[in-house]
Amino acid sequence: MPDVIAKVAVKVTVNGKLHALDVEPRMLLVEMLREPLDLTGTHVGCDTTYCGACTVLMNGAAVKSCTMFAVQADGAEITTVEGLEKDGQLHPIQKAFGDAYGLQCGYCTPGLMLSTLQLLSKNRQPNEKDMRKAIAGNTCRCTGYQNILKAMQFAAQNMKGA
Amino acid sequence: MLSQLGDDAKLLAGGQSLIPLMKLRFANPTHLVDLNFIAGMSYVKENDGALRFGPLTRHAEIENSAIVAKVPIVHDCAAGIADVQVRNRGTIGGSLAEADPSGDWAVVLSTLFTQVRCLGKNGERTVELKDFIQDAYTTALAHDELVNEVVVRIPAKGSGGAYLAFKRAAPVYPTASAAVQLTMEGNVCKEAAIALGCVGLTAIKAKDAEAALRGQPITEKTLAAATEAARAAADPQSDMRGSADYKRTLVGALVRRAIDIAVRRARGEQVEVSHIYA
Repeated sequence: MPDVIAKVAVKVTVNGKLHALDVEPRMLLVEMLREPLDLTGTHVGCDTTYCGACTVLMNGAAVKSCTMFAVQADGAEITTVEGLEKDGQLHPIQKAFGDAYGLQCGYCTPGLMLSTLQLLSKNRQPNEKDMRKAIAGNTCRCTGYQNILKAMQFAAQNMKGA
Repeated sequence: MLSQLGDDAKLLAGGQSLIPLMKLRFANPTHLVDLNFIAGMSYVKENDGALRFGPLTRHAEIENSAIVAKVPIVHDCAAGIADVQVRNRGTIGGSLAEADPSGDWAVVLSTLFTQVRCLGKNGERTVELKDFIQDAYTTALAHDELVNEVVVRIPAKGSGGAYLAFKRAAPVYPTASAAVQLTMEGNVCKEAAIALGCVGLTAIKAKDAEAALRGQPITEKTLAAATEAARAAADPQSDMRGSADYKRTLVGALVRRAIDIAVRRARGEQVEVSHIYA
């Protein structure tokens, strides 16, 4: 193996802004988001594709950013939790998580909100089963999930007119 | 390109098995060739009585495919793999090529007539799934070949199937799983295919369990015989997911439930299946 690995050019749109970076091919997407792009709202929990704290949207689909290489996001549009707020206004999903006490420590919350966003972008009136299925890949160790489900319901209601 | 890079190069499909294995240092490829930027590798088609899957077709695309809804056991599999995020990335071709002993696809597809079209520099060859998966993490693919298409024959009318996995949580591999595809004529089972997952190094075809149903009416007696034969066919290891005894008992119960659903689906009933969580 060569000691120095050539960097690869990546062009990626994150929260609507185009970035051009040179990254090591082994760099994970979550590392690129957190380090060179300084978007530390995307968390690393388990680093083993289990917990979903690193969930972001890639071209609208929820993915675990610890289980993708940064170079694989070349040409893609990524949405992280920092992209939810618009003009100082919380996104309806963020507001719902606050209103429903859908978080305690907050570590899993960015991932849960992005999984909620994927669900609601495809299904505006999810039932409880749809909601449970949508967040089956997001682990929360504080809330017991009841208030998260309530938050998802509030979010669906908040977004009805949107 | 693979022939030039040599034996230690690996193909990267969805990466939902390979990247975790690399992080654990269980896999240490010198080169990764990412297939994700190649156009036309992701599709679900139906022709000549078969479902045809592009190798990079994501589990989520299969889950949401109207064509696949006609073969409920395939939908059960796609919709039950891990969680939304993993299904958005993971692929059918990658899953078969990885041949993880806990993978779902090989279990389900071994109850249907499935062919894997393998492409190498000398052209394409077609391998039946039963010959494709050779051992844990070992397939018939040469190091410079890739899965080009997965072809699954659509079962005849009067056939019904179900796939059930028992998991501790969505993102983990099942503790055990069972796939059952039955062709029924009234209450008599004309043809049976039963496969067990996570209780051996590869998916296990429970041939004695199939024989216990074939040509027989579905009664308490034949159900008990099939379940017992499935338990005997399992070859589980004790691990953090459960003891060997526990898994053997579990897989029998899953087979029994899957037979019940398969029979109802063969009659044309709509039965929604979801995996069972501890």
